[in-house]
Amino acid sequence: MTAELVVDAVTKTYSRRGRGKGPVTAVDNVSFTIAPGAAIGLVGASGSGKSTLAKMITGSERPTSGSIRFGDTAVESLRARGLREYHRNVQMVFQDPYGALNPLHTVLYTVSRPCQNFLGLSATKAQDRVYELLETVGLTPPEQFAAKLPHQLSGGQRQRVVVARALACEPGLIIADEPVSMLDVSLRAGILRLLTKLREEGGLSLLYITHDLLSARVVTDQILVLNEGRIVEQGQTKQVLQNPQNDYTIKLLDAVATPYAAKQSPPVP
Amino acid sequence: MALLEAKGVNVVYEPNRGQRIWSVRDVDLTLEQGEFVGLVGESGCGKSTLGFALTRMLRPPAHLEGGVIQFDGVDISTLEGEPLRRQRRNGFAIVLQSGMNALNPVRSIGHHFADILRAHAREGEDLSAGALRARSGALLLSVRLEPDVLDRFPHELSGGMRQRVSIALALALDPRLIVFDEPTTALDVIVQRAVIQTIKDLQREQTFTAILISHDLGVVLDATDRVIVMYAGRIIEDQPSQELLSGPHHPYTEALLGCYGDPRADEVHLGGIAGSPPDLSLPQKGCSFAPRCTLAEDVCREVDPVLTPLGPGKVACHVRARESIDKMGTP
Repeated sequence: MTAELVVDAVTKTYSRRGRGKGPVTAVDNVSFTIAPGAAIGLVGASGSGKSTLAKMITGSERPTSGSIRFGDTAVESLRARGLREYHRNVQMVFQDPYGALNPLHTVLYTVSRPCQNFLGLSATKAQDRVYELLETVGLTPPEQFAAKLPHQLSGGQRQRVVVARALACEPGLIIADEPVSMLDVSLRAGILRLLTKLREEGGLSLLYITHDLLSARVVTDQILVLNEGRIVEQGQTKQVLQNPQNDYTIKLLDAVATPYAAKQSPPVP
Repeated sequence: MALLEAKGVNVVYEPNRGQRIWSVRDVDLTLEQGEFVGLVGESGCGKSTLGFALTRMLRPPAHLEGGVIQFDGVDISTLEGEPLRRQRRNGFAIVLQSGMNALNPVRSIGHHFADILRAHAREGEDLSAGALRARSGALLLSVRLEPDVLDRFPHELSGGMRQRVSIALALALDPRLIVFDEPTTALDVIVQRAVIQTIKDLQREQTFTAILISHDLGVVLDATDRVIVMYAGRIIEDQPSQELLSGPHHPYTEALLGCYGDPRADEVHLGGIAGSPPDLSLPQKGCSFAPRCTLAEDVCREVDPVLTPLGPGKVACHVRARESIDKMGTP
C-alpha cells in the first residue's frame, strides 16, 4: 500500500550519562512529506541525524516530540501487532550487504520469509514469488540464484537480494540507507538504476539516505540537506546542487571527489 | 636510480591445502624518488596485496612467489628478521585502512610514539622523556594536530584525528616510501577531503615517495601525479594523472571513469560495468577483462596482453596497442 508519509516537527534527544554532559539532540524539529511515488534524498555528513530519522520512520526509535504519520497510521504510537502490519508497508535496504543477510540461509529462504509471513503464501507459492522477485532485481536465472548462500554471491548480487527481500511484501515505501556506499563504483549504477526502475514501474516511494551527492542526484527528485539534526536546505535535487545556498551544502559538494569536478574547482588554499 | 624497482612480483594466497589464489600476477613497477602514485582498482584486484608485498607486510596465507623488490638498491624481497627491521627505519612505512582502530585503547597517544621511537632508536640517540615528547609533538603538528593530543587516549579522539595520528606514527621514522592503504575509506566525506589534503601537503613538504591505494578514482586523480590501474592482479594501465583523466587508454579505465560524474552538471549519466571480475583461483586465459569488455576480439580471449608503452605511460590491451601502431603507420 502506498500512502503519504508525513514527518511533522520531529525531535529526538538522547540523554548521556556522566557529570556535566547534557542531552544530545540528534534530530531537531524536522518536518517533510514524501508523496506516493516520490523519491526524496536525505543527505548529510556522519552524525547529521540521517540514520536516527530513518530509525524513527521505521518505528525502531520513538521521537521525543513531534509525529510521524503514514497514511492514517501514527507511527510513534505503534506497538507489537500494529508495528508488524506497518512494516509490511515500509521496508528498509541496509548499507552493508555483507552483514544484512544470514550466512546460513539460502537466497530462497531469505526472500521467501517475508512472502510467507506478510502475504500468507504457501511454501510453493512463495517460491514462485521469489523467482519473480529475483528476476525483477536482475538475478537471472532465478532458479540458480535461489539455491545460493550469501558467500557465493558478489557484493552487488547480495545487495540485489536485500532489495528483493525488501520488495517481497509489496511495501509502499522503501528506505534505502546508503545502499551503494559499500559497493564498487562499477556496480553502483546497476543498483541505482534498479531503484529508479522499481519506483517508476511499481509506484513505490523512496527515501534515499546518503552522503554521496552524485548518487542522490541520480535517484531522487527532491533533496533535504541535514546538518546537526536540522534541515538546512531543501528543494528540487538539481536546483539545490547547481545553486546551493547554504554553506554546509557547498562544503558537502566540495568534498565530492569526482575526477571532473576536482580539476575544475580551484585548489583548497 | 629509482627508489623502488619491483620485477615479476607474484603473490599467492593459500587458504586451504591445494587451493591457490593468484592475487598479484607478474607485476613490474618502478617508483622514482619523490613520486606520488595512485593505485586503483575494484575490490579484490590485488591493490592492497601489492602494497603489502612492497612493504614486506604479507602474512600467511599470503606469500611472495618469486620476484625481486629493490628498495634503494637492496633486494628486500628475501630479507627477514633483524636486517628487514633495520631496512624499515628510514625505509618504508604503511598507513592502514583501519589504522584508526590499530591504536592501543589502553595506552596514551604519546606512548605509541615513544614505543616506535625507542624500538628503532640508533646508538647514542637522546631517548629522555623530554626529547621523545618534543619529537612526537612535532610529528603531530605536521599532521595538523595539537601536541597536547599526546596525553589523550584513542577513544577521546574522532575518527579523523585517529587516522591523522596513524599517519604521524608512519612518519616517525622518516620513511622514504609510505604506502597509504585506503586511508580515508572509513571517514566522513568532509573529513576525508581534509585528510587527503594533509597527505598531499605532507608529501610536497617532506618529499617522500607515496603510494595512495584507493578504490576511488576521484580521490586518486585529485591527489596524485601518476595513476596505476589494476585489474585481476595485473597492472593494466599506468599513466600520468592528467593524461588518464583526459584520455584513458584501457577500456576498463575508460569504463571506470564513466562511473563518476559531477552532481552539479545539467545532465548526469552514471555508467557501470556489467559482469564481475574473474575467479583468481582458476588459471587465466587471455585478457582477464575480455569477458566484460566491449572491444574484445578473438585475440583478447586467447592471448594475455603485456604492458607496453603508449603515450607517456603504459597500457596492457591488444586493441589499443594495435590502434596506436596503426596511427603511427599512417602519415
